[in-house]
Amino acid sequence: MERPLTRHIVTGSPPLNLKDYRKSGGYEGTIRVLKEMSPADVTSLVKASNLLGRGGAGFPTGVKWSLVPMDAGSPKPKYLVCNADEMEPGTFKDRYLLEGNPHQLIDGMIISAYAIQAEKAYIFLRWAYKKAEAGLRKALEEAYASGFLGKNILGSGFTLDISIHVSAGRYICGEETALLNSLEGKRAIPRSKPPFPAISGLFGKPTVVNNVETLCWISHLVVNGAEWFKGLSLTGTGGTKLYGVSGKVKNPGIWELPLGTTVHELIEEHAGGMSDGYRFRGALPGGASTDFLVEEHLDVKMDFSTVAAAGSRLGTGTMIILDDKTCPVAFLHNIEKFFALESCGWCTPCREGLPWVEKILDSIERGTGKMEYLDVLKFQTRYMGPGNTFCAHAPGAAEPLQSGLKYFKDDFVKHIHDKKCPWR
Amino acid sequence: MLTEEEINEIEVEIRQYPYPKVACIDALKIVQQHRGWVSDDSVKDIARYLEMSNEEVDGVATFYSRIYRKPVGRNVILICDGISCMIMGYESLYEYISQKLGVRFGETTSDGLFTLLPISCLGDCDHAPAMMINNDHFNQLTIEKIDNLLGNYK
Amino acid sequence: MEVSMIKILIDGKQYEVKPEKNLLETCLALGLNIPHFCYHPALGSVGACRLCAVKKFRDADDNKGRLVMSCLEPVKEGLIVSIEDDEAKEFRTAIIEGLMTNHPHDCPVCDEGGECHLQDMTVMTGHNYRRFDFKKRTYTNQYLGPFINHEMNRCIQCYRCVRFYRDYAGGKDLNVFASHNHVYFGRHEDGVLESEFSGNLIEVCPTGVFTDKTLKKHFTRKWDLSNTPSICVHCTVGCNILVSERYDSLRRIMNRYNGAVNGYFICDRGRFGYEFVNDDRRIRNAKIRPQKEENQVEADNEILTSRLKTSLAKSQKIIGIGSPRASLESNFALSVLVGNENFYHGISKKEQLLTHTVLDFLQKSGVQTPSLKQIEKADAVLILGEDLTNTAPMIALAVRQASRNIPNQEALKKGIPIWDDGPSRELAQDTKSPVFIVTPFKDGLDDLSEGTFRASYDDIAYLGFVITASLDNKFPVSITTDYEHQKFADKVASVLINAKNPLIISGITNGDEAIVYAALNIARALFESNPKCMLSMVLPECNSMGLAFIPGKSLDDLVALSAVEEINTLVILENDLYRRATADMVDFLLERSKQIIVLDHLTNRTSVHADLLLPAATFAESEGTLVNNEGRAQRYYKAIVNSNHVRESWRWIDEFIKINDQDKILSWNRFDDIVSSMVNEWPVFSKLKTYMPDSDFRMLNEKIPRQTMRHSGRTAIHANIAVNEAKIPNDSDSPFTFSMEGQPERPPSSLVSFYWSPGWNSVQSMYNDLDEPNGSLKGGDPGIRLIAPDGTVDIPYFKMIPTAKKLQKDEWMIVPVYQIFGSEELSSAGHTLTQRIRVPFVYLNRKDADSLGAVEGDRIRLVISKTNIVLIVRIENSLEQGIAGVSINLPGMPFIELPGIGNIYKL
Ligand SMILES: Cc1cc2nc3c(=O)[nH]c(=O)nc-3n(C[C@H](O)[C@H](O)[C@H](O)COP(=O)(O)O)c2cc1C
Ligand code: SF4
Ligand code: FES
Repeated sequence: MERPLTRHIVTGSPPLNLKDYRKSGGYEGTIRVLKEMSPADVTSLVKASNLLGRGGAGFPTGVKWSLVPMDAGSPKPKYLVCNADEMEPGTFKDRYLLEGNPHQLIDGMIISAYAIQAEKAYIFLRWAYKKAEAGLRKALEEAYASGFLGKNILGSGFTLDISIHVSAGRYICGEETALLNSLEGKRAIPRSKPPFPAISGLFGKPTVVNNVETLCWISHLVVNGAEWFKGLSLTGTGGTKLYGVSGKVKNPGIWELPLGTTVHELIEEHAGGMSDGYRFRGALPGGASTDFLVEEHLDVKMDFSTVAAAGSRLGTGTMIILDDKTCPVAFLHNIEKFFALESCGWCTPCREGLPWVEKILDSIERGTGKMEYLDVLKFQTRYMGPGNTFCAHAPGAAEPLQSGLKYFKDDFVKHIHDKKCPWR
Repeated sequence: MLTEEEINEIEVEIRQYPYPKVACIDALKIVQQHRGWVSDDSVKDIARYLEMSNEEVDGVATFYSRIYRKPVGRNVILICDGISCMIMGYESLYEYISQKLGVRFGETTSDGLFTLLPISCLGDCDHAPAMMINNDHFNQLTIEKIDNLLGNYK
Repeated sequence: MEVSMIKILIDGKQYEVKPEKNLLETCLALGLNIPHFCYHPALGSVGACRLCAVKKFRDADDNKGRLVMSCLEPVKEGLIVSIEDDEAKEFRTAIIEGLMTNHPHDCPVCDEGGECHLQDMTVMTGHNYRRFDFKKRTYTNQYLGPFINHEMNRCIQCYRCVRFYRDYAGGKDLNVFASHNHVYFGRHEDGVLESEFSGNLIEVCPTGVFTDKTLKKHFTRKWDLSNTPSICVHCTVGCNILVSERYDSLRRIMNRYNGAVNGYFICDRGRFGYEFVNDDRRIRNAKIRPQKEENQVEADNEILTSRLKTSLAKSQKIIGIGSPRASLESNFALSVLVGNENFYHGISKKEQLLTHTVLDFLQKSGVQTPSLKQIEKADAVLILGEDLTNTAPMIALAVRQASRNIPNQEALKKGIPIWDDGPSRELAQDTKSPVFIVTPFKDGLDDLSEGTFRASYDDIAYLGFVITASLDNKFPVSITTDYEHQKFADKVASVLINAKNPLIISGITNGDEAIVYAALNIARALFESNPKCMLSMVLPECNSMGLAFIPGKSLDDLVALSAVEEINTLVILENDLYRRATADMVDFLLERSKQIIVLDHLTNRTSVHADLLLPAATFAESEGTLVNNEGRAQRYYKAIVNSNHVRESWRWIDEFIKINDQDKILSWNRFDDIVSSMVNEWPVFSKLKTYMPDSDFRMLNEKIPRQTMRHSGRTAIHANIAVNEAKIPNDSDSPFTFSMEGQPERPPSSLVSFYWSPGWNSVQSMYNDLDEPNGSLKGGDPGIRLIAPDGTVDIPYFKMIPTAKKLQKDEWMIVPVYQIFGSEELSSAGHTLTQRIRVPFVYLNRKDADSLGAVEGDRIRLVISKTNIVLIVRIENSLEQGIAGVSINLPGMPFIELPGIGNIYKL
């Protein structure tokens, strides 16, 4: 089984330096692109591979790039931004890639920047990722020193600078347009779309924002081709995926597996099954902003469309397990408190709805809830639905709640009737 | 007044961007790195340096959770209260630290040594529970580990 | 421009609409109410509040649809939407429910109650039951200065305040802080809001977060105010205002929409400058001076009449001094009393010359002078020697909007409509349309400026001549060949010549002839190549332009006359002469006058010399016509019933005329009569007779109410005297009545006296009065242009080329510094505004201050044309060395003619 993204990551060892990365075939993609390919060739290749963005929304990367105006008169400079904010609770995949192999990201970024002819790229890095930051800075230094970054890279005439912007902390910074505002030194409020960043992004210029995992694929695509990529998955939507499992399992962790690996296989084979004395009740398949999957979904293949068909989202592919000794109300309360706190405060349903939801969950958990609250909760999940809010933050927050209400209704009712939490 | 060192560091950041005021967040982080937090006076100093109004800088400063607009202790303990850490029992860890230091979230010990804050998800979910003290990560925490850990911070 | 209309379907009904709008404004224009908060016609759409949700259907077969925000939905051919859809209605109600979770239940005592947009929306969506039963979030409030009260708990986070204050008006010291449901709108710390337009927050905020502190001092529930349309008297722009009255005192000023003039906004001088009307220093009773040297004493009618009879006897020669702050009608009445040859304008010779020059140019050059709305459309602006922010603030605000035109055009090319505020600003970043600012010191619009040029007046004027030469090689004045700023001049010229709607702004408040000529020359040169070019000239006062239309001589002429012959009777109309000429000159003139009759509102340095002092009604107690700097005549109406002896100046003068000449039959019984009489005498004003409904205008036989239908407590008002309903005061001068009775329909646009429409009690109700949001009032924007250039050039270039004045050692070039608060006479008398007035000061470059041994805050003595003034030093490095800026006209400042040369000594 191929593990292109994590092949060179050895837990506990430092990441490959430039020399070793080169030895392992690194920067071959960059060299090939700069020597042999036109920007349009690169974009067509990525389009052909149907690489779906790994940041959570699964938008086809090649399509995103092809929206960038490329004619001679198009606005300059253009920007590439790597979204390395990763603040979604339960998600730790980008950190693994950043800490494990920073050159792989830089390699991918050079090619991606070339494809859209961006001269400047930023890595928008989560504040807490200190180790990743140190590794990235070192890798960037090496890349500059060996001419992979800077002016006239490898004599190709192409110029690229990459800077790191370390976030000052806010989940919403991960939303790609809020991220752009944050990069501009402003409050991280999402922007209205259209226009998309490809038309008017950072500093009003055409910009592409991609997730770390997405960008890490690019050099591999160039070296191995679109067909190879498609062949990696079990379901035809190309590639492998970084899957993670956290919660009460024997062996929580992160693995690179073919896209389409089932929930069951993830939990049982890779995560070692539930910890002793704990039973599986449900899981958020792709971070805190995805709907619950429950026992009936154990055979669901973890790719974008299949998880969606099961009523949830692949999201970041990092699964959080709800066990039978954790109160589902407390579980949801924790999550909704996070979302309420991380609302940017721009639009009404999110700013006012989430704190209300949080208060209700808190109240139910403490045994002071009322049956009427369940109607309010249900209503709020609808009210915060996609399109109703300015960005996808609140709809994301609504997902675990709406499915939690569906699958764990009895637990809510029991709290209200017994006026206490059965788990306390 | 910004120190020369702070100004030098801010200048490095300004060079990354097309306009100086873009470096606003970086400037706040730099000042905080040196002083532990961002005071009203620091807001004004940064505003003057970047030719922004106090309101513009403070609007940004108060938005971000990792900019402290109130004084913090010498060491900041950030306990992850994210969902995975909750499942893995951060609450008892918190109660333990809280009792040991005599402070709740948002408070600073009377000797000014520690400030206790929650943070959501440190990206250590597979090794939960996790926390940070200043810039150092710790995971798979147990009550026993805490005692040793805190002793290292003065 | 013709736009081809498109068809859309709303709730099953087809409408033909303009294509480039968003759905919300389209619906509002159609009279369909869609609740909303964050959208404001002047600020555009941002999609924050989510209240304007409607259902959109993909096509005729789609019966599920999805919610969209109408403010962000472009109207396109075939669009199918439903406002009445159940899900959309439920969603909108839920938005209000969400906003109400933290909103205080203080409507009964809230300052905003009764004209609250949130109240309107709550009723409109039908939210009425509170499900949220947790504790509310609370905030602490801030001190924001004397004008505005802050009550953050009422905030519904629509972001309008910061969008107006920062994005629209360029203010920097208000912002949003924190995040999630802790967002806070205010300042970094307590302190006075700095923007000249801060008062608009009161109307922009849909709740009671920002409210009028001056109203709070004598609060009245909004529905108990009696309101009258009026015109601001505090500068030359002539913004339209609504004046609110209760118990014979003026309670507040609000903006009155006029699509061509001030739109949705007014400046803080206009909003808060009203307090002089209620001031203790008001002259409310007639006074006489029994003998020269004696003090003035109150006079009863009998004594008054007998004194008037002697002073105004037909045998006497009577001299009249009019005023640029009095109405056309009062000036006219005075000129009838004294005869054209004895009528003086009451302004200096220089001011008169410059005003006439401007009017003459505007009438004959063919160059258009723009309305504020047209200024907003300019795509290149040159400001020559005028400190707009302080002399005509609303023009500055209009220029700020103009600076967005080119970026907006760029956005349009990328498919971003102009109303789509977020994306257009994000795309534009810091790019602006070209604005060039050529002034002696820093300017409130500097942040827009593509090129600022700081220089002496002489150099500013010279630059203007060079620009003219650069625009027109036939310009008959020869310019130095090695001019050091030639490149800048060429750049300005080329930008102006390449613009579609270039605009030159200057004015006469700087007092420098050469600058005025330079500005007019530039406009004339530009007009040769682009007949659409515009010229806006700032004049000093609210009726400076009106006075320019009227024959009359200058104050200097009168002083000269008084040297030759003694004056029997001098009638001074609403004019403090000590603001117009040096004390020596005025003292001399008054000494040479046997009988002095003064008609004015407030006691002042001139009024104390009156032998007969008569209380003249202010703008709030009278009706009249003012002509603004674009030559637009506009009428104001009486908002307060006159009490005591207070009467309109024209009524006093009418009485004078009757005393003076019993044979003269004018029958000026009503305001309409004097207008007719004036129009007969001076045909330039002929349009005034017909441009507005006269006082006989009725709607279904009824007068137009000044009070809303919700006005309460009529019989209680005088309950301490009698419980009977008091008689409604008669108002024969206007179609208004001081009551709530009348037709519920909206009156013609010029007679709209309060904001109301079905479902709306807040200012937002004006949608129903407009043909479209941001458009014109239905039936046309009130006011009539008296200047109509026919497009032919009939005026030669001005050739007086400025030469730099040589300064001797110890001499300084003194230029005037105007202040929005303090430089205008009437507003400066109000208690609240006074708190914002600075002590008279001098701006000095730091190097100059050093050479005087002075630092910020030190006192210096300025000696200029024999006048001695002590001033506080304020360091202003944008001034060139050798130039000192002096705060002209501030209370306590004597008259000095500027620019001029003076000496400065450190004290
Ligand atoms: C509230 C919110 C938070 C997000 N956080 C992240 C994040 O931390 N990292 C990330 O890559 N994408 C995040 N996204 C998704 C981004 O908006 C965007 O879709 C993504 O960066 C695009 O990259 P991709 O096309 O490579 O997937 C977030 C979205 C939302 C709505
Ligand atoms: S849903 Fe609205 S308030 Fe929430 S984060 Fe997005 S824009 Fe901000
Ligand atoms: S008016 Fe449309 S979202 Fe506020």
